[in-house]
Formats: sequence, C-alpha cells, structure tokens
Amino acid sequence: MDIFVQIVLTVITASTPLLFAASGELITEKSGVLNLGVEGMMLIGAITGFAVAISTGSATLAIFAAAIAGAAAAFIFGFLTLSLLANQVATGLALTIFGVGISALVGAAFVGVALEPLPKLAIPGISTLPVIGPIVFGQDIMVYGSFVLIAAIYWFLKHSHWGLVVRAVGESHDSAHALGYPVIAIRYMATIFGGAMCGLGGAYLSLAYTPMWAENMTAGRGWIALALVVFATWRPGRLLLGAYMFGGITILQLHAQGAGINVPSQFMSMLPYLATILVLVLISRDKVRIRLNAPNCIGQAFRPAH
Amino acid sequence: MDAAPSHRTDNTQSGTPLLELSNITKEFPGCLANDQISFRIMPGEVHALLGENGAGKSTLVKIIYGVLKADEGRIAWLGKDVSIAGPSSARHMGIGMVFQHFSLFDSLTVLENIALAATDERDRTKLRDKVLEVSHSYGLPLDPDRHVHSLSVGERQRIEIVRCLLQNPKLLILDEPTSVLTPQEVERLFETLRQLAAEGCAILYISHKLEEVKALCETATILRGGKVVADCDPRVETARSMAEMMIGEKLQAPNRAGRDGESIHRLVVSHLSLQSEDQFGTDLDDVSFSVSSGEILGIAGIAGNGQTELMAVLTGESVVPDNMDAIVIDEQPIAHKGPKTRRSLGAAFVPEERNGHGAVPSMPLTENALLTAFRRMGLVRRGIIDGGKTRDFAEDIISQFDVRTSGSGSDAGSLSGGNLQKFVVGREIIQRPNVLVICQPTWGVDAGAASAIHQALLDLAANGAAVLVISQDLDEIFAICDRVAVISEGRLSDTRGIKSVTVDEIGLLMGGLHDLAGSDGTGQDAPALAEAGHD
Repeated sequence: MDIFVQIVLTVITASTPLLFAASGELITEKSGVLNLGVEGMMLIGAITGFAVAISTGSATLAIFAAAIAGAAAAFIFGFLTLSLLANQVATGLALTIFGVGISALVGAAFVGVALEPLPKLAIPGISTLPVIGPIVFGQDIMVYGSFVLIAAIYWFLKHSHWGLVVRAVGESHDSAHALGYPVIAIRYMATIFGGAMCGLGGAYLSLAYTPMWAENMTAGRGWIALALVVFATWRPGRLLLGAYMFGGITILQLHAQGAGINVPSQFMSMLPYLATILVLVLISRDKVRIRLNAPNCIGQAFRPAH
Repeated sequence: MDAAPSHRTDNTQSGTPLLELSNITKEFPGCLANDQISFRIMPGEVHALLGENGAGKSTLVKIIYGVLKADEGRIAWLGKDVSIAGPSSARHMGIGMVFQHFSLFDSLTVLENIALAATDERDRTKLRDKVLEVSHSYGLPLDPDRHVHSLSVGERQRIEIVRCLLQNPKLLILDEPTSVLTPQEVERLFETLRQLAAEGCAILYISHKLEEVKALCETATILRGGKVVADCDPRVETARSMAEMMIGEKLQAPNRAGRDGESIHRLVVSHLSLQSEDQFGTDLDDVSFSVSSGEILGIAGIAGNGQTELMAVLTGESVVPDNMDAIVIDEQPIAHKGPKTRRSLGAAFVPEERNGHGAVPSMPLTENALLTAFRRMGLVRRGIIDGGKTRDFAEDIISQFDVRTSGSGSDAGSLSGGNLQKFVVGREIIQRPNVLVICQPTWGVDAGAASAIHQALLDLAANGAAVLVISQDLDEIFAICDRVAVISEGRLSDTRGIKSVTVDEIGLLMGGLHDLAGSDGTGQDAPALAEAGHD
C-alpha cells in the first residue's frame, strides 16, 4: 500500500507542472495566439520562484513572483507579435531560447543551493487517514491550485461570457472586431495569463518537484505541454487526462526500470510520449469535433482595417 | 409584388430624421471613397443605397456603424450630433447591421453567436427564450443549439438578423443581403423587413439589384465615385433609369469585332455530374454546354449554385475519372486528366480568387507569370528557367494590360486587386489559348480596368478562341457574351442567344427556374415564377 501511495504522490507532482503550463497555453491558443515560448517561460518562472524563495524565505511570495515573471515574458512576446505583428512561431522560439539563456544566467548563483520543498497542507486528523489522507488531503497548495485552475478554465470557456469572447476572437478575429470586441487587448490578456501559468508550472518544478535549481531543469516539459494542448484538441478535460497520463507513465516506467525490467531504458523513456499521444489522438479523432474546438485563427496576425 | 405595403404610414417627409449625414468625407490613400455625402433617413423608412462596386457604399455604411471614422462631416442621430466611437456604441444607439460577409463564428452555436452580439443579456437561458420569441414573431425559424457551420446561408443570415433585432434597433443596415439567397428566402426576408418598417424601424438597404430595390424601398440615394449623384423614389423609376444613374452613362454594349471563318466546337461539356468534395458544396447535375471558336458563352448564377465546382472540374482541379467524355477540348476527351494536360491542349483558366489561387501573393510577378505560362511560352529549357525570357514575358503582360506596378520584380501581393486581376487575365490571354475559362473576370475591378478586360476577352474570341465566362454580374454577361446559360443548384439551363433573352428572364432562371418561357425546352413550372418575387 505504501508503494502505491508513493507512486500516486510522485505522479501528482510530475503532472502538476504540465497541467499548469498546458492550461495557460490552452487559453492563449484559444484566443488565436500560438506562443511556442512555453519552455522559456517555465524556466523563467522556475528560476524566479527559486530565487525569491531563497532570498525571502516565503513560498507565497515565490509563487506570485514566478507567475509575474512568466507573465512579463509573455508580455514581451505579446508586444512583439500583437503590437509589432512579428511572426508568432519565430518569436515563440526566440522566447524559449531567451528563457533558457536568462534563467541560466540568473541561476548561476543558485546552483547547488538547497531549498525546503513547498509545505504540504496538513489537515489534522484527515491527512493521516490511510491512502486517501496523503493523496487527497496531504498535497501542497499548488496541486490543489492546478485542479481549481483546470475546473475554472473549463467553466470559463464553456459558460462565461468572456470565455465565449476569447473563443470568438480565436475563431475569427475579423468577425469579433466587426462586433466591436477589442481583439488585440483580449489576446494580450490571454497571452499574459498563459505566461503566468507557465511561470507557475516552472515554479512548481523548482519549489516542489525537485526543490533546487539546475540549468534547463524543465527538460522539454514546455514542449510536452504544447503538444498536450493540441492532442487534447483544446479541451480542458482531455488536457487533465493527458497531463496525468504523461506524468503517470513517466513515473511508472521509472519504477519499472528501478524494478529491473529487462527492456532498454531508452524504450521505457519513450513510453510516456508514445502512450499519451496515442491515447489522445485516438479519443480525439473525430474531424468535426477537432474543427469545432481548434481555434481557426491560431498564429495569424490581426491587423484591424482602419 | 406590391410597390409598398398599404398599412405603413407615410412619415418620410415630416418630423425629425432618425439619421442625418452631412458632408461625410473619407479618404483612403490614393482614393477618395466618400466625397461630401449627405442624406437623411426618417423613422420607419426603407432607404436604398445604390451604386456600383467601389462607389463608396460599404465605406459609408462602415462609417455609420462606427467601424471606420469619417475624415470630415457630421452625423446627427435623432436631431443631435453624435460621434460613433465603434460598433458597440452604434449598437447602443440602436443601429444594427447585417453584413454582406457574415460576421459569424462557424464553430460556435447559434445561441453563442447571438450572445456575442447581444451584450445586454448575459444569462444564456433568458437569452434563449428571447431568441425563440423574436424568431417566432418575425417568422425567422432558428434552432439555438445548432453549430453555425452546419447551417445554410439563408439560415446564417437569419442569425444575423435575429441578433440585430434582439437589440430593438431603430435603424437596421443590410449590406447586399440577397446576393446569397434563394428567391423564396428573399421573399421571406422582405416580409420581415416590411414588418419591421411598419413597427417604425428604419432600414438602410444596400444593393445593386434594382428590381429588389423597386419592390422594397421608398427612397434611394445613388452613389457614384464616392459622391451622391441622385436621390430618387425607386417605386417610380425604372431599373434601367436607376442603372444609368449608377454608372453615369447610357447603358450600351461594347462594340464587337465581326467574326468570320469556320466555327468549330472547342469546349464541349456533356452530361457532366459531379459530387462536390466540400460537405457544404453544390453537386453538379447533368451539365451540358459547348463553346465554339469565336464565341463567348456566359454562365450566370447566384454564388454557391455550383460555379466553384464547375470551375474546378473545368480546370482539372477536380477530375471525373469514370466519364472521360464529359469534357472535350478540341476533340480530346480530358475529363479524367488534370490541369497540365488541359493546358497543354491550349486551354487556359482564370480562377475567381486571384490571391492564392490565381497568383502566389508572396512571389514576384515574373515568377507568377512563369507558373502557368512556362510550357506554352517556352520559358523553361531542360528544367532551367530562362530568366530573361520570363522577365520579358512578364513585362509584356504589364505593358499590354496596363498593370500599375513598380516593376516585374514586385510581389503579386503588393498589387491592388484590380491590377492583379489585369495581370492574371493578361497572363492567360497573351498565351493565345484556344479555350479560356474565366470566373468573375472583373470582380472588384474598377470600371476602366473592367472595360479593358472585357475588350481583351472580345478580341481573344474574335481571334478564334472559345471563351467561357462564369459571372454573377449580369451587366457583364450582357455586355460581352454571345450566348448565355444560367446555373442554379448545380444544374445548367438551356443556352440562349444573348439577343433573344432579357435581364428579367435570366433573373428568373437564376432563381431556380430551369427553362425559359417561350423556349422549346421542357416547359416551366409557373409557381416558381410567383415565388421568384418579380412583377
């Protein structure tokens, strides 16, 4: 039983950063902006969160700082692509390279510094229950936050007026403009929100998953988050499933390797990628549904005719 | 159709105007779109705004709806000067607009589309009730939960109208609302509009369909070249007199060179049927016609009746693998072959969409010239492009067709629509094709360029080519074609000599009547005539 709890706990910590980053990118893409800088924004969030946690000792401040840093990086992206109409793909790639570089530069002073991991919320009495206690009631604040986030995004896109506006802007910016919606402003907000969530995803890595700083510590999770958004066909529920599948198989194959299963480790390392993409493609292969959920104007610059 | 519903009170001459425009001027770089335009609309009035393409109608309407800002001039709403900051403030004032190209979101439901425009009602359940109420009381049936992409054009227009009506507009602007509708849908739309006008809502109706304007509107403002050239009462004018006011000259056919020599069938299409590849496209149903050398055949029809599919199957973008005799060019059955074979037989094609279909916007004119002409003009030798020859060819097109550009090295995308159209048409005509198939030859082209293109087509035919013109523009068809057929719902009518038909007859055919009155065809169904909504 202990090993089961142990595995579930590590799955949750492995999945949470993906869930944050992918949720943010989902909103960004729904508004019609393709920000390929997820990896860079996660790294910026990771080093900011870590640096603030070390220097102030406050986890709360660290989390906020990471979100703000991610948002700031996204703002730069937004300014270049939305105001100056730079190419989104190229700018996003540049943002990733920028994020790798600046986080390494700032982080040079923090290599090898140890940090207390993010405290678990211990509710007296309940969190000591067997199995359910540690899994459901013994997580840190960001894990709960990631579930609140995905539920909020689902509700926002499906039921709120402004969620509808975000979808409309991503579907046809010209029509949204003709109806009088501020396309550029909405895209700025969606992009900045996406950046903030990527910052949180990064911060979770450096504050909770492995509470330390290492250069390029996201190790491609930003790209996985991007892929998850597409393979989940821009639907929050599937995003949750995809993030947890990826996290789950990553951990399971580690345990399998640890248990000495005689399969080359490279194959095992491939497994999460293969399985996640396969499952998401299979459950989302309905063409009409893809058409309905995919933002039509993604990656296109909007230039109002005046 | 009655000239005006009798129950409406005539309030057009007294009281405060609902909207009054004074000296509206709007200039775009190189083009004075609106020049000192003034007119007024009274409450409950159905006012037509007439003019050719490029006369400034759309610009003016965008100014009224707050999409564009006028450079000069005043707008008074209910007697008070106003400045309309944007579409949402226009909607707040009580101006609703139904766009020519619908501003709908395909992947959203009907209700969501309406919710996006109806900014006052955020509660979806209440909004749904309101939508059903409005759609019921105005006879505009709508299912709020359908996704827009699965709806017909007429149903989409209903969404636009319902979402305007939800805001209780005082002025409803409709931009070319009937260009995509069937006659039955037009009649239903007119009933709705008359009901609205009777309730006191003014309607600004933009169209170039003069018979409809006569049937619906009580005043008309006619624009030409950005200026108001006339105000009139369409009920007492004739379509011809209004058309002459629109173009500013007597309607006359361009002179055609006499043709002699033997006439041979160069393009023969027989019993061509084709399932559309597009889920929402039109299937071609047993289409037959032939075009002879020295002749221009026009195919008229409302957009979306199979023109796209016909064009694709003629160019070879769609092929008919199992019936190679369906299309015959110079006695070669080629229905199963692609564009390359057809072009090498001497056929040339000009598609409707010049940017991205007729030309590659990001490539220079020289390379665009090369793309369709390299075989016939010998611009490629052993796989190597002959740069000098290609440039000469492109410059030939530019000089012969008066393409205004900084040089043959400029990108196709940098040309204005009319200039690019001249280039694309010129590129095909200079190759001296035996068969030219051209779709919407003068779409969005100014009058001067249009007459140049028309003359080039006439000259090409006079030199022995067979020319097929697919066009929505009846004036164009009557100006240059020798014979005309009408496509409707994927079926083609009998072909008739242009001198033996009238615009009205063609209009009826466009509305889905498949044989002309008096033709020796298979007779006609009389009820359709009444439904078509003509006198």
